[in-house]
Amino acid sequence: MHIVDRRLNPGSKSLENRQRFLRRAKALVQGAVKKSSQNRDIKDVLEGGEVTIPLDGMDEPRFRREGGTRDMVLPGNKKFVEGDWLPRPNQSGAKGSGAGEGDSEDAFRFVLSRDEFVDLFLDDLELPDLAKRKLAETESEGIQRAGYATSGSPANISISRTVSRALARRVALRRPRKEDIEALEAELAECEDAARRRELLALLEALKAKAKRIPFIDPIDIRYRRFEAVPKPVAQAVMFCLMDVSGSMSEHMKDLAKRFYMLLYVFLKRRYRHVEIVFIRHTDRAEEVDEETFFHGPASGGTLVSSALVAMDEIVRTRFRPADWNIYAAQASDGDNMTSDSALTGQLLTDRILPVSQFFAYLEVGEAANYTFDMPDSSLWTLYERLRNDGAPLSMRKVSERGEIFPVFQDLFKRRGKQERVA
Amino acid sequence: MASSGELLFEGADWDFRTLQRVHDACEEIARTELGLDIYPNQIEVITAEQMLDAYSSVGMPLFYKHWSFGKQFAFQEASYRKGLMGLAYEIVINSSPCISYLMEENTATMQTLVIAHAAFGHNHFFKNNYLFKQWTDADGILDYLEFAKAYISACEDRHGSEAVERTLDAAHALMSHGVDRYPGKKALDLRTEEKRAGERRQHEESIFNDLWRTVPHTKTKSKAALTAERRRALLGLPQENILYFLEKSAPRLQPWQREIIRIVRHIAQYFYPQSQTKVMNEGTATYVHYRIINRLHRQGRITDGNFLEFLQSHTNVVFQPEFDDRRYSGFNPYALGFAMMQDIERIVTNPEEEDREWFPDIAGKGDVEGVLREIWSNYRDESFIGQFLSPALIRRFRMFHLHDDPAESAGIRVDAIHDERGYRRVRRELARQYDVGFVDANIEVVDVDLAGDRRLLLRHTTVKGAQLNETDTRRVLQHLADLWSYDVALTEVDGTADKVLKEYVISPRAAAIAA
Repeated sequence: MHIVDRRLNPGSKSLENRQRFLRRAKALVQGAVKKSSQNRDIKDVLEGGEVTIPLDGMDEPRFRREGGTRDMVLPGNKKFVEGDWLPRPNQSGAKGSGAGEGDSEDAFRFVLSRDEFVDLFLDDLELPDLAKRKLAETESEGIQRAGYATSGSPANISISRTVSRALARRVALRRPRKEDIEALEAELAECEDAARRRELLALLEALKAKAKRIPFIDPIDIRYRRFEAVPKPVAQAVMFCLMDVSGSMSEHMKDLAKRFYMLLYVFLKRRYRHVEIVFIRHTDRAEEVDEETFFHGPASGGTLVSSALVAMDEIVRTRFRPADWNIYAAQASDGDNMTSDSALTGQLLTDRILPVSQFFAYLEVGEAANYTFDMPDSSLWTLYERLRNDGAPLSMRKVSERGEIFPVFQDLFKRRGKQERVA
Repeated sequence: MASSGELLFEGADWDFRTLQRVHDACEEIARTELGLDIYPNQIEVITAEQMLDAYSSVGMPLFYKHWSFGKQFAFQEASYRKGLMGLAYEIVINSSPCISYLMEENTATMQTLVIAHAAFGHNHFFKNNYLFKQWTDADGILDYLEFAKAYISACEDRHGSEAVERTLDAAHALMSHGVDRYPGKKALDLRTEEKRAGERRQHEESIFNDLWRTVPHTKTKSKAALTAERRRALLGLPQENILYFLEKSAPRLQPWQREIIRIVRHIAQYFYPQSQTKVMNEGTATYVHYRIINRLHRQGRITDGNFLEFLQSHTNVVFQPEFDDRRYSGFNPYALGFAMMQDIERIVTNPEEEDREWFPDIAGKGDVEGVLREIWSNYRDESFIGQFLSPALIRRFRMFHLHDDPAESAGIRVDAIHDERGYRRVRRELARQYDVGFVDANIEVVDVDLAGDRRLLLRHTTVKGAQLNETDTRRVLQHLADLWSYDVALTEVDGTADKVLKEYVISPRAAAIAA
């Protein structure tokens, strides 16, 4: 008999089968993912999770028979005698005892990993305005020192390393030093005694032979500098979160905005190696803050949207060269702005911000009660609408319920035909 | 061998030395007391996740890749997590050496049960039952699976995984109609099979000459001259093994597609005996583990506590819910099989008058092990139940026979119960439920219109008025048509009245034609 411990064998032999299944079920799973993510926290969405997909979309048909007369033998008769009649169970309960497993199960749940989930969720999304994306997806190779090698091109010989190895070898093998030989030679030149001369000569001979045998530099000492090509990400993005935090922004509105930002972040993370986030909050003054303060710090005051744009412009100039960075901005606001600020805001957007941005989204958040949508357009909305009609690449949507965030997000980023622009 | 009285283990923990001791102790009893004849054993310890893995590729340790196994896995895993399903304690493979998987989570008692059950009970059954001898090749299966896996993945590299998947999907849909049901065909010899597959491939490659493509085709004169009778004979029609027919006669399949169909067919054939001997196989294994562990306990090699733990698991395994119980889902093969084995033991050693009358050949014969070994070798479920289900057992299970005729408005009739008048009828009906020839739809390839549009004609002969489910049938026929590459027609015929009930005609999909 033989005992084999297979526990250490890599498990998940069915991983590949599972992936094939997912690939095949993709459309179904995608639908399920979207549905299940509607009412979940974004954080949970990133955790992956359980989705339910209908089984019949993935069927494996077989010839099956149904109907006809049936005979069956059952255990556990309590009272029947031959010739009794039993009422037929209603149709729904009339499942044959021979029905195979799985037939009765019309849907089943299974767990997706975080990556699987996010991939599926974002799969049909695409970054708008793809001018810089080509650049973003090609990667330049950087070169990096990676120790020493015994072979290489002569140009890469590392002198110091070679010499130090040669020295070590010479010491280890006791190669006669040049001074010793010179000393002997000097002594020989001065020596008169024949016997001593012979002795010296022999000694000198031996030393010279040894020096010859142990070269100053041996091929085995030579070391080359080794270089390694490492992918260097040029793909980097910065995402500006602009938010109005004046008193009129309720917690609910901030929550909506947060969800949108998080989604945008996850999305950018998929596309770029490196994503920076800049949080700018503003009342009538704008400041760059950390995430915590951004969403939870108290602030109040009037509203000047232009202040945020000025701040963003400033940060872009100093820290994110548009040539190197893909710049995204999402602005969330309830739409209130000082009327006198409109002209400046419009000008800043068209002259400074939009030319360097890949994408600028304006998200107007409303109260849960949905009444914002019956109200006349806000001042900011009206302004942006006008800019857009003049051809500015602005995307704008109104959101008032959590459930709308995903659809709106998807709507904004849906893969489009070449000509179509993000509205 | 350790002498009796020495405990094999204490408590629930075990290590590899324990497994070895347990195996040796079981082997001693299996050989001397039960006279079992087994393949060499190989015991593999695996984790729960690996058990799920093995589950979803039909219990085999290596298998080709296909999405349906992933679906299976997702399904199993989901029901396992929801707690709807426990994991099997073991999986055992009909191969030589006979491989039994043990889960690491099992207690020492469970491992003993599993070793006695799988490594001796199933192992003996695999090696000695005539169906397995006739249809399977325990020596060759693992190598063949390895070959199948490599071959299919090579096909994916060469022809694209989508094309391979299409072929496999189609072959799987027809898998249950890819077996030879009746002896006379040659038994599987998978080693030779694998060698020949390689040779076929080489031959095809060596004779490939692109020039032949340019040779002008001449009209075949003899085609019309073939009589219908002779044509059918040449094609081996009627043929119930649809996969075999496709492999040999489908006009436009690529050689690699034929090979894949062949692989699916061989695997279907390999598993065919298992479906015919579920009650017997589980009954044998359960009976064997019950005997062995009782003996171990009597020898004092298992503590009373561990024995109680064993009894609890054993009782769960052989539990048979009654028909009106929510847990009822047909006869539990473990329960029925074990009860019958024990009943035979009773008849052989301590028969009643009734048993002498019903089983004159074995009643009171005395040699329990000999009689059982003989039965294990020579029967399958249908004939086993048909001959050895005793009135005593019918009474014990309180079996009754229902006849449900949809045309009968009064309801379902109780046709026979566990009484003098009913024993034989109950027994016959129950045996019929296990008759594979009866369980699978009787579908045959009957003709090909070679002179005309090459339409493939199939016939389903209905039994007791049960027709094919239309949606599924269309889908399966679609797969069949894709492989055949011309139209496929299926007629459903009432076997008794010889009347056509329904006709299907399906054309191949464009994608399949292009392939």
